[in-house]
Amino acid sequence: MVKDESPFMKYLRRDRLPTIFCAGCGNGIVMNTFFKGMEMAEVDFDNLIMVSGIGCSSRIPGYVACDSLHTTHGRPISFATGIKLANPEHDVVVFSGDGDTAAIGGNHLIHGARRNIDITVVCINNNIYGMTGGQISPTSPKGSYGSTAPYGSLENPFNLSGLVTAAGGSYVARWTTAHPVQLSKAIKSGLENKGFSFIEVISQCPTYYGRKNKLRTPIDMLNWLEESSINKKRADKMDEEELIEKIVVGEFQNKPQPEFTDKLCKLLEEQCVTGKPTSIRSAYLED
Amino acid sequence: MIKVMSANGAISEAVKMCKPKVIPVFPITPQTTISEYLAKFVADGVLDAEYIRVESEHSAISAAVGASGAGVRTFTATSSQGLALMHEILFVAAGMRTPIVLGNANRALSAPLSIWNDQQDSISERDTGWMQFFAENAQEALDFVIQAYKISEDHQVLLPSMVCVDGYILTHTVEPVDIPRQEDVDEFLPPYEPISYLDPKNPMSLGTFTDPDYYMEARYDMQTAMDGAKDVIRRVNKEFEEVFGRKHGLVESYKTEDAEIILVAMGSICGTIKTVVDYLREKGEKVGLLRVISFRPFPQEDIYQAVKGARRIAVLDKNISLGIGGVLFNEIKAKMDVNASGFILGLGGREISPDHIIEIIEKTRNPTETNKINWIGLKEEE
Repeated sequence: MVKDESPFMKYLRRDRLPTIFCAGCGNGIVMNTFFKGMEMAEVDFDNLIMVSGIGCSSRIPGYVACDSLHTTHGRPISFATGIKLANPEHDVVVFSGDGDTAAIGGNHLIHGARRNIDITVVCINNNIYGMTGGQISPTSPKGSYGSTAPYGSLENPFNLSGLVTAAGGSYVARWTTAHPVQLSKAIKSGLENKGFSFIEVISQCPTYYGRKNKLRTPIDMLNWLEESSINKKRADKMDEEELIEKIVVGEFQNKPQPEFTDKLCKLLEEQCVTGKPTSIRSAYLED
Repeated sequence: MIKVMSANGAISEAVKMCKPKVIPVFPITPQTTISEYLAKFVADGVLDAEYIRVESEHSAISAAVGASGAGVRTFTATSSQGLALMHEILFVAAGMRTPIVLGNANRALSAPLSIWNDQQDSISERDTGWMQFFAENAQEALDFVIQAYKISEDHQVLLPSMVCVDGYILTHTVEPVDIPRQEDVDEFLPPYEPISYLDPKNPMSLGTFTDPDYYMEARYDMQTAMDGAKDVIRRVNKEFEEVFGRKHGLVESYKTEDAEIILVAMGSICGTIKTVVDYLREKGEKVGLLRVISFRPFPQEDIYQAVKGARRIAVLDKNISLGIGGVLFNEIKAKMDVNASGFILGLGGREISPDHIIEIIEKTRNPTETNKINWIGLKEEE
């Protein structure tokens, strides 16, 4: 191992490096905290499948040396549902962004949460469509600038963590890339939760969001994320006016609920003549 | 006025001058700059339209159908996966006879994921009831948008149009484009007058449930409209030439009169082919190009008239209908008795050079097996 190399390099496909991410992008911090959280949760890396859609964040699984499925825009949760149902023993993680989960794939997000299927979604929310060049997304703050809103966005953004909590997600947390320790712990909790886990990471896109919104360097953006953040416990006691332009961070939901594939397997065991299906993965191991 | 711009810029300029009232659009590479230019025009007040930042292409085309159904001129734009996501509503737009104009930046379809050019996306929508016009350059992209509104909105036609430009090759390269005067566009394209639209004072329904007594007639009417559109296109081309001085058609014949070998192709590749034709003509070889501009309606009569005198023709497809081969090749073979060879090239952005065109001409001159699918520029396993 090269001196001072990240201990997580062992999880990456070296031949794919360097990444396509811009200098200062938050995706690197999220990858780092994910591996940390994965180790803390003692997830078997060989049992992990990563699924992604379209966008900068969706390129992450391509750099990770585990099984992965790079799918269509907005649909990774649907593909992940298929994987999980085919073999409930897999650890299935979706890497996604605000474009994928809040815009084109919003429907799949709420239905995944409603079912409480055991998938962990890491949503890197940078408040803008980064890959296509800085257009307004459904999480862009009101008044923020984008290439499709040259005079500022007029629309209300989604509160994604609130949305997933309301839809039935059993573990929901929001942190920013300025909170790597808390983020790793949330990823750990999300992976340990048997059910639909949603970890929203407010992240920096200095290339587009920062440049268009007077936050020109990654440092400016990280400072902004840290300074704007306010813990949920404190925020719950504040009124709406006080929370304008604040990022509420913390755990939104941590309430284990019966999980979908468990319920389905139990039904099959009770009602199906063949009983509970044996895992597909074991078929390969028999060869 | 001559300005240097990309095809995406040219499409946006054309849209601005056609004055649509509603523009629902969702960014996708390599269409994105169209959505950005139009957002700026609307924000700056130079285009008086409702610009909707929708959450997906399915919503973009759905909102376009709604707006067009309400009786206003409408524009949207997309590419590749976005067009595929619109598939369901493309049929609806045509079936409701909404004269929407859509700019499509031609790009390959996943999987494997590719953002580069071929024409699989729009070709795969050939049965939806949309007209499709393939531009060779940015000037045509601008001209075709203006013409498309006039053709689509003609009361004999009332079918939506797609103006197709090759992704990156046209969307991200710049060239001089003659921007017409607004007065001339206004004269050529008067405000849209719908014959029927959603009006609470005079209620009607669009796209209602039909039993087997009615559905076939609706489809028959659409086929009749598509057939009749060819004459409308010819007439609109003529009017366009009178106002703007540029001549377009259902097809373009380039040095085909005495040609022994004629290449048939669509889109930006025709620029390369013309260069090769000129080069070979200088060497005394009788070759020509027949460019298909209107892929739907399919101008089989015009194609046949142009190629019937040739000894052999080569049909170039930047698409493949897996299991049979290039779509343009197979449609030409189905519609006319010609000695044709089919070539698949440029899929997923694979480079096409003049040498490839010469290779195609050589293979057409001495064909081994005419029903074979010939792949050009393919990396064969060693």
